[in-house]
Amino acid sequence: MLVYLLRRIAQSIFVALAMMVIVFFGIYMVGNPVDILISPDATPAEIEATMERFGFDQPIWMQFLTFLGNALQGDLGRSFVHGEPAVQLILHYMPATLELAALGLFFSVLIGVPLGVYAGYKSDRWQGRAIMTGSIFGFSLPNFWVGMLLILIFAVELRWLPSTGRGDTVEVLGVRLSIFAEGGLQYMILPALTLALYKASLVTRLARAGTQEALVQDYVKFARAKGVSETRILFVHVLKNIMIPIVTVLGLELGSMIAFAVVTETVFAWPGMGKLLIDSILTLDRPVIVAYLMMTVLIFITINLIVDVIYTLLDPRVRISGAAS
Amino acid sequence: MKTRHLRLTACAVALGLAAMPLAAQELRIGVASEPSSADPHFHNVGPNNQLRRNVFESLVGTDETQALLPELAESWRPLDDSSWEFKLRPGVKFSDGSDFDAYDVIYSVCRIPGVPDSPSLFTTYTKAIAGFEVPDPLTLVIKTDGPYPLLPTEVSTWGVISAKANGVDGASIQFSPDGCGDLAYPATQAFNDGSAAIGTGPFLMESFRRGEGVTLVRNPDYWGEPAPWEKVEMKPLTSAGPRVAALFAGDVDMIENPPLQDLDRIKGQDDLLAVQGISNRVIYIHLDHAQEPSPMITGTDGKNPLKDIRVREALSIAINRDAIVDRIMGGVAVAAGELLPGGMFGAHADGDMPPPGFDADRAKALLTEAGYPNGFGITIGTPNDRYINDAQVAQAVAQMWSRIGITTEIDASTASTFFSRRNAHEFSAYLAGWGSGTGEMSSPLKALLATPDKSRGYGGTNRGQYSNTAMDDLLTQALATVDDAKRQELLREASRVAMADWAIIPLHFEVTPWAMKKSLSYTPRVDQYTLPYDVRPAQ
Repeated sequence: MLVYLLRRIAQSIFVALAMMVIVFFGIYMVGNPVDILISPDATPAEIEATMERFGFDQPIWMQFLTFLGNALQGDLGRSFVHGEPAVQLILHYMPATLELAALGLFFSVLIGVPLGVYAGYKSDRWQGRAIMTGSIFGFSLPNFWVGMLLILIFAVELRWLPSTGRGDTVEVLGVRLSIFAEGGLQYMILPALTLALYKASLVTRLARAGTQEALVQDYVKFARAKGVSETRILFVHVLKNIMIPIVTVLGLELGSMIAFAVVTETVFAWPGMGKLLIDSILTLDRPVIVAYLMMTVLIFITINLIVDVIYTLLDPRVRISGAAS
Repeated sequence: MKTRHLRLTACAVALGLAAMPLAAQELRIGVASEPSSADPHFHNVGPNNQLRRNVFESLVGTDETQALLPELAESWRPLDDSSWEFKLRPGVKFSDGSDFDAYDVIYSVCRIPGVPDSPSLFTTYTKAIAGFEVPDPLTLVIKTDGPYPLLPTEVSTWGVISAKANGVDGASIQFSPDGCGDLAYPATQAFNDGSAAIGTGPFLMESFRRGEGVTLVRNPDYWGEPAPWEKVEMKPLTSAGPRVAALFAGDVDMIENPPLQDLDRIKGQDDLLAVQGISNRVIYIHLDHAQEPSPMITGTDGKNPLKDIRVREALSIAINRDAIVDRIMGGVAVAAGELLPGGMFGAHADGDMPPPGFDADRAKALLTEAGYPNGFGITIGTPNDRYINDAQVAQAVAQMWSRIGITTEIDASTASTFFSRRNAHEFSAYLAGWGSGTGEMSSPLKALLATPDKSRGYGGTNRGQYSNTAMDDLLTQALATVDDAKRQELLREASRVAMADWAIIPLHFEVTPWAMKKSLSYTPRVDQYTLPYDVRPAQ
């Protein structure tokens, strides 16, 4: 287990470094942040002074070495736009994204698993087909369109839920969260549903395939012969066995949900990391973009690791390589 | 200026008498862009300046046409060629209870050049200050090197913070343009968390939360009429669709910049209204006057046809500005004949400088006369996410130019790429916009058309490298003329000289729209700011 962990950590460091190089030089090629950030009224001398303050007058390799040197000491630099350490800025936006992703994940399981199991159970009947057809919409409708539609229906026409923004928050262990706040949760429902829609159809399809496969297994036949109720067979025996692929996929999808909820966050003006990333790209805020993407790498690697561990809990037959010895 | 102020006061008194329902005292605004900090001196950029004006005031204020108004200074006048005297308003208190006086202004000017990590310092507007004299705490004399008529305008752009609140004894400050010695200054972070947000403005900052917005509450001890709102929330809703949806859903009471295509729908609602007003921003096409061969011109054997005044005139009159305003801007723009809207300082009175008339036949004849009967090829560079419908406007111009035989293509890119490429002189012609920060003609002339000269700060955005000594001289003279009437005439003349030389192609002035509930009213501002203090409950 330890060897395995160390290997994973070494891998992630390498990936994070590669990411840093690619992003740093990529953003550098796009343009000069000072051209965007400085007041148009600034004189050429002031522009030059600003370039100097940010170190943009140095050759690119020199800038990179400085950045790398600081990064190795754990300092990813300060945001050009906000003047705050990039990591601190990302951490400020992170809770909002994490709670949204968590609720989105919850919704997708809540919607996807029952639908999928039912569709697998009735796979040759119209109910099963209808669910499968419906899930195509979940895959194919663009996120921003779904978001705008939900706003239009539930916020503008029916006025049941607020359209945008974050609402009230409460402090939980020093982190501001909406999910536990009375006036906060209602703000999360529409964006979380938007995020969940795609994942829910994914889960539906996985659950259906798994159920179909499981239903012809001997243990199901045996349970039926024993007189166990269909509901119990489906939601206890079958469900347990189909969860492994679902957990794997959801684990990976959680990563993408956290890192790239950009569209949903923009549509709902949700103050999460995705919005920060977009704003930073538009203003060429290099330290924030690099730090963000490195953090993303870290999140993906951590989630994969957690998924691997959950495997062993769900299915005792699975053993992480390296642990056997 | 005085009558206007009286009128405002009268209006405010009338408002104060009318009983205002308590429920109406909260205002929620959906803003289109977010300030990068609550520090008034951190970043000289629109959203930050808009926020600053609620909490920190300047010596001089500006009204909706950018005309100067008394704010922390009750009056000002030039004493001689190199000093301005400001009589400060007595009885003004900072929100921590300390008195405002001349030393707070000096302290603020001391802080401005040294704000750490600032992406855009306010030194642009303080560098003319050579020294201070304080005959008494409520009189401030600002020294400049030579005549400097723009001083009152420039002091209107930055906010005043308190010396005492930051533990500095104002009278002990030794000012010099190179620095004020070792003074304690609040950190930018302290403004963001609210601890240093101590100003004299009509609002107090309750919270500044990135991504979520700013909450302001009424300053009960404000020296002027108290703000009409007990509490104001300014929520960043950066994409247009959701911003409009939030207004329709009733989640905000007012939004900035509703997209043009939604204006009719907003006006069609029973409970909503839209207002719009001309802005100080001109959309123009700048031409390459210097490079030979010019990078994006083909079919001229390496010659730069834009150096020929006839070609420049042809390009300008080939554009049907009214059609662009009508079809592409949905009527929400005003065709331009110079770089500042009529009626603003240094611009001509409405109608005196009309947009060049559209005349394709004459344009073709001019091209033939200039030796390009078959035209040539050119590419217009344009951003596609910076100005209202920017790329579509460039597209329309390209079609109009193509019609007179100039094969025109469009090179549209996102703002972050576009401005870097433009500044590297990669374009032969480019579309961009200029908002006059000072509200007078010297701003666009100095930035866009004056011969680039680092020592004088001329031509900072003159990426076409236009140069005309006659105009430079008039501008220089205007910038050293303190007498307003004379300076205005000089600026008009400079503008006429440049326009007669077809130095640049002004297209139109942007018009800024706002949408809000019918229960509110707001007077459009040329500087495009949304100031909650001026949002009034409708009568």
